[in-house]
Amino acid sequence: MLYLYEGALNVPAILKDWYEQESGSNYGAYIPFVGTVRSEDGIDGLSFDIYEPILKSWFRAWQERAKEKGAIIKMAHSRGDVMLHESSYIAAVFSPKRGVALELIDLFVEDFKASAPIWKYDLKEGKRVYALERSTAIQGSGILGVQK
Amino acid sequence: MVRVEFLGPIQKEPLELDITNLSQLAVILQKDSELAQWLQNSAVAVNDTLVASLNHVLKNGDKVSLLPPVCGG
Repeated sequence: MLYLYEGALNVPAILKDWYEQESGSNYGAYIPFVGTVRSEDGIDGLSFDIYEPILKSWFRAWQERAKEKGAIIKMAHSRGDVMLHESSYIAAVFSPKRGVALELIDLFVEDFKASAPIWKYDLKEGKRVYALERSTAIQGSGILGVQK
Repeated sequence: MVRVEFLGPIQKEPLELDITNLSQLAVILQKDSELAQWLQNSAVAVNDTLVASLNHVLKNGDKVSLLPPVCGG
């Protein structure tokens, strides 16, 4: 359950939809994480590119991992521009008991930051500037730069 | 032919190359000075699966993607 949207996320509607989707599924815990664009370094907002084929396979692998623990993961992310105080990312875990959901949401969001093929740009003074210094090289990067 | 795509912030048009492994691709891309920084920090996928070895064999119709450092959320 991976949902991609153009622009900012409608957080109340998404959280409500997800709650209603699983209200009869006998999960005891619903732990959402909502990422909101903060004002810092004079930015007007953020912008995102997404490479969908690898994002989908990465997400499928996580869904399998959650399934082994009786849990499910839902994730929503924005494409394009998201302005200050709007939200670009929601992840949530549903599980029978809270312990699994609390553990999984942490592991999932950490790996999302390190591995999901999404690129972030600062929107500043009318420009879209790649946020290299806040980005993480995917594990195994750099093989094409090795000199023979 | 193998199609090579540059994702996210790498501002470069796709290439169509007659190559049979990633080592050959590395030699070709290392000649492009604009790509030097990206070759050091990008991951490589073949047909949308990440690969970790330059020995990976390529065949006609394969797609190679370069994925620079990521930052979702």
